[in-house]
Amino acid sequence: MIFLELLWSFFQIGLFSIGGGYAAMPLIQHQVIEVHPWLTMTQFADIMTIAEMTPGPIAINAATFVGIRVAGLPGALVATAGCVLPACVIVLALAYLYYRYRGLTTVKGILAGLRPAVVAMIASAGLSLTALAFFGQKSLPADLGGVNWVSVGLFALALAALRLFRAKPIHVMLVSGALGTLAYLLF
Amino acid sequence: MNREKGVYWKLFSSTFRLSAGTFGGGFVIVPLMRERFVKELGWIEEREMLDLIAIAESCPGAIAVNASILVGYHVAGCAGALLTVLGTVLPPLVIISAISCFYSAVRDNALVNMAMNGMLAGVAAVICDVVLTMGREVLGEKRLMPPVIMLLSFLAVRVWNVNIILVILVCGLAGAAGTLRRAGKGVRRHDLS
Repeated sequence: MIFLELLWSFFQIGLFSIGGGYAAMPLIQHQVIEVHPWLTMTQFADIMTIAEMTPGPIAINAATFVGIRVAGLPGALVATAGCVLPACVIVLALAYLYYRYRGLTTVKGILAGLRPAVVAMIASAGLSLTALAFFGQKSLPADLGGVNWVSVGLFALALAALRLFRAKPIHVMLVSGALGTLAYLLF
Repeated sequence: MNREKGVYWKLFSSTFRLSAGTFGGGFVIVPLMRERFVKELGWIEEREMLDLIAIAESCPGAIAVNASILVGYHVAGCAGALLTVLGTVLPPLVIISAISCFYSAVRDNALVNMAMNGMLAGVAAVICDVVLTMGREVLGEKRLMPPVIMLLSFLAVRVWNVNIILVILVCGLAGAAGTLRRAGKGVRRHDLS
């Protein structure tokens, strides 16, 4: 039963994460926190952090992590299979159509229509993570009293490094982890 | 027979090595796959590879996985696709499994907690950077609809708690309808001239 749930959840994540990279993130958050009580918001943030620092697609990383926590190694295999299954079918079907009719106009249209929505959903998931970093909870609080200034400072530094100096995400992660540890030890 | 075995092994080992050594997601790994299969091995023509990448980026799911399926299938059929998917999926599967073993034991450690908190601020910044870059592309199209869709989707997911999959389906259908309508108009104009 739990295996079927894992398979179906990650099948949906694989099926609806369109646009690559971070498009899977809001879907993972939806499935493993809201639909199923598999991870806490902090654990979700942890796996996004780990995924950022390890090779491999975010969805596969999350599938393995959630699968293992919920049902051990078999769970990880089932969740990963669920994640890859839709792609196997759709990619080969689309390749067939592409070679038959030469052109991806409709598919490109679907993608173009989706892009603004995907950006919005990544923004929403990103906002949850930012709120967690700043306030220790997933939605913005009414008053800004409990703000974690170390996090705010690191966020500002990291964003500046990314936007102004085109720093690599993995370097930003390593430095913010090191600076964070140092700051928390000092203050 | 021997040559075939060599092809299978090379498919698997190439995708495995690329997947294990590449940080930064699909848009980083795809050019490296092109380097390996087009230039080094010469199994796929440049033009063909560009087509495969276009298909991989148009499909749902991780781009690295999609591209590896197409490369594997192109070179050695279904068995090839299976091997390249395994090669791409195994490294993260093994790495995250290993990390999961330590995770529960180490997560409550004060130092680990400090580092994770620091890195969480970093992740938030990385995602903020991604959203800013993608958002600017959407606004840069200088059309009315994309920003409106962006705002409505954000409100739908964040404020109105609409199911995220429903939002994706509606926006995808709207995009398809828009393309078909434009294509239809194009044909009619062509007929008149």
